Amino acid sequence: MYLKLAWRNIWRKKWRSLITLGSIAFAVFFAVLMRSMQLGMYDKMIDNVVRFWSGYAQIHAKGYQDEQTLDNSMVWDETLMQKASETKHVQAAIPRLEGFALGSSGQLTKGTLVVGSDFPLEEKMLDLAGKVVSGNIPGPDDKGVLIGTGLAEYFQLEAGDTLILLGQGYHGASAAGKYPVTGVAKFSSIQLNDNLVMLPLKEAQWFYGAENRVTSISLMVESQGQTPGVVKALRSQLDEGQYEVLDWKEMMPELVQTIQADSVGGQIMLFILYMVITFGMFGTVLMMTAERKYEFGVLVSIGMRRLKIAFTLFLETILMSVVGALMGGLLALPIVYYVAAHPIPLSGQSAQAMEKFGFEAVIVPSTDPNIMLTHGFIIVVIALFISLYPAWNVKRLEAVKAMRR
Amino acid sequence: MSIIHTENLTKTYDSGAVKVHALNDVSIDIAPGEFTAIVGPSGSGKTTLLNIIGGLDTPSSGRIVIDGTDITRLSDGQMIDFRLNNIGFVFQSYNLIPVLTARENVEFIMLMQKWDKKKRETRATEMLQSVGLGDQIDRRPSQLSGGQQQRVAVARALASGPKFVLADEPTANLDSASTSNLLDIMANLNAQLGTTFVFSTHDQRVIDRARRVITLEDGKILSDETR
Ligand SMILES: Nc1ncnc2c1ncn2[C@@H]1O[C@H](COP(=O)(O)OP(=O)(O)OP(=O)(O)O)[C@@H](O)[C@H]1O
Ligand SMILES: [Mg+2]
Repeated sequence: MYLKLAWRNIWRKKWRSLITLGSIAFAVFFAVLMRSMQLGMYDKMIDNVVRFWSGYAQIHAKGYQDEQTLDNSMVWDETLMQKASETKHVQAAIPRLEGFALGSSGQLTKGTLVVGSDFPLEEKMLDLAGKVVSGNIPGPDDKGVLIGTGLAEYFQLEAGDTLILLGQGYHGASAAGKYPVTGVAKFSSIQLNDNLVMLPLKEAQWFYGAENRVTSISLMVESQGQTPGVVKALRSQLDEGQYEVLDWKEMMPELVQTIQADSVGGQIMLFILYMVITFGMFGTVLMMTAERKYEFGVLVSIGMRRLKIAFTLFLETILMSVVGALMGGLLALPIVYYVAAHPIPLSGQSAQAMEKFGFEAVIVPSTDPNIMLTHGFIIVVIALFISLYPAWNVKRLEAVKAMRR
Repeated sequence: MSIIHTENLTKTYDSGAVKVHALNDVSIDIAPGEFTAIVGPSGSGKTTLLNIIGGLDTPSSGRIVIDGTDITRLSDGQMIDFRLNNIGFVFQSYNLIPVLTARENVEFIMLMQKWDKKKRETRATEMLQSVGLGDQIDRRPSQLSGGQQQRVAVARALASGPKFVLADEPTANLDSASTSNLLDIMANLNAQLGTTFVFSTHDQRVIDRARRVITLEDGKILSDETR
C-alpha cells in the first residue's frame, strides 16, 4: 500500500518526475561509462607494466631501488629463490639481471635495456611463446638474444642477424658481445618493445661480468590483492640489512601518481555532476513538499503517524533514484561491454599519458560490476539524504496551519 | 455520560498589540448520537472549537475529555492514534488523497487500523453504497464532483466506526442540491448507525436540519438549543 501510494505519487507530476528520473539516469549512465573507461585504462596500464613485466613485487639487494645499477646487484642464492617461490600466493619467482648497453648493427646504434632472465620461468609472467613473432626463444645455454619488434625494426634485423652490444658491466668492467638474434617478440608495452634485448641469465651474467649475480627477483603473485601479504611475509623472512622487498606501487611511484592524478580529475568531475543532480532532486522534493503540505495536514488529522508519512515520502525518493540508477546503469552496460569487446583508439592528453608509460592508447573499459554498484549506491545515498528534508518537514508540521488556505 | 466534554475552554491568539480571544470560557457537553451544529458569524470561533475538540489544536486553558480520556494530556503520537481510532474528520474541501480511488480513500483509515484486506474492501464498498456512490468506487477524486468528494469523505470518516464525526463547514463549497444531499446522508447515518455528528456551518438550510444548535459569538456561547 505504501509502495503503491509512493509509486502513484511519483506519477502525479509526470513530466517533473520524468525529468528527475532522466537526470538521475544520465548521471549514473555518465558516471558508469566514464569510470569504466578510466578504471579500464588504469587496469591496462598496470597490467602492461606490472603484470606483464615487473611483477607485483620484487626482491632486490638493499639500495637497488634508489640506485639501479649492476653494482647494487645481489648474489643468486638457492635458498633465497626457494623462499621466494614457496611464499604463499607466489606463482613464480623470476631472477633477472638488468642493465643498459649500446646496441649496434651496421651504421645504426641505440641504447637498449639488456636483461638476462630464466626463459622457462619467464614464460609464466611474459607469456613469451605467445609473443614471439619470428624465430625462437633462446635456450638456457644459448648465446643468442630475443629482441622487441620495435628494436628489430629500428635496426632492420631479422631472426638470424647479428646484434652487437657494448656497455659497462659489474664494477666498471667493460661489457661487449656479439649475439645472433634468435627471435623477435612483441612485448606488451611500447617501451619494452622498442628497447628490450633479452638473453639467457647465464649469458647476461657473463656479458656484464657479474657471475652468479642478479639485480632482482620478480614475483608473480596470483592477484594484486594478495601482494601486500606476500610482501609482508617475505620482509619478515629475509634479512632486512641485505634485501629489500617492494611492491609495484613502491617500485613505480610515477605510475601510481599518474593514475591517481587522472582518477582524481575524473572524480572531481563526477562530484560536480552529482552536486548538480543533488540540487535537481532537492528542488523536486522541495516543490513536492510545498505542494502537498495541505495533504500532509489532512493525513496527520485523520490519524496517520508522521513517521509513516515520512516513510512514504522516503519511498518515493528512493524508488525514483533506484529506478533512475537502474535505467542509467542498464543503458551504460551494453556500451561498456561493447567497447570492451571492440576497444576504441584514444587521442589527446590521456593518449600521451598512456604512451608515456609505453603502451598503446586504446580504451578497454573495465567491466567490473562494482563500478555500477558504486554509482547506484551513491545515488541512493543522495536520495536518502534528500528525503531527510520532507521527513523533517512532516515532523514539524502543524496540521491546523498546514490546512489553512 | 457525554462523549464530548469541554470545560472552560479558552483560546487566545496573541498577535502583537491585540489579543484575540478566539474562544472564551466555552463549556459544552455532547451526548452520544447527537446531531449538532456549531453556528455563528465568521470569526466567531467555530473552526477553533472543532480543531480543539479534534485534538488538532490545543486550548490556552481548559480541559477536553473525550469519552473519559483527557486529550490535553496526550503526546503528539498518542493524539494521532487517538484521532485515528476515535474521531472521523470531514473538512471543507480537499479531504481525499488524490492518487487513491474513492474506495482506497475510504479504506485508508481501516488500513492504518490494520483491518484485513477483505474486510476493508467490503466495508468500503458498503459505505460508498450508503452515500450513493456505489458506482463510482474506482474513480479518483479528480474524476468526482465536489459533492461526491465530500460524500467520499463522509464515508471515510464513518467507515471504521468512530466515536464521533467532526465536520468543519462540510457544505461550504457545495451547491444547494449537493448540500441537501450531503445533509440527507449525514442525517441518515446518524439515525441508522447512531453516529454522533458535530459540524459547523453558517448556512441556514444546514442549521435547519440540526437537532441541536450551539451558537457562538466572539468566542462565547450565545445560545444552545435542542429541538
Ligand atoms: N492562527 C491564528 N492567529 C491569530 N488569530 C487567529 C488564528 N486563527 C484564528 N484566529 C482568530 O480567531 C478567531 C476565530 O477564528 P475561527 O477560524 O475559529 O472562526 P470561524 O468561526 O471558523 O470563522 P469562519 O466562519 O470564517 O470560518 C478569528 O478572529 C480569527 O481571526
Ligand atoms: Mg471556520
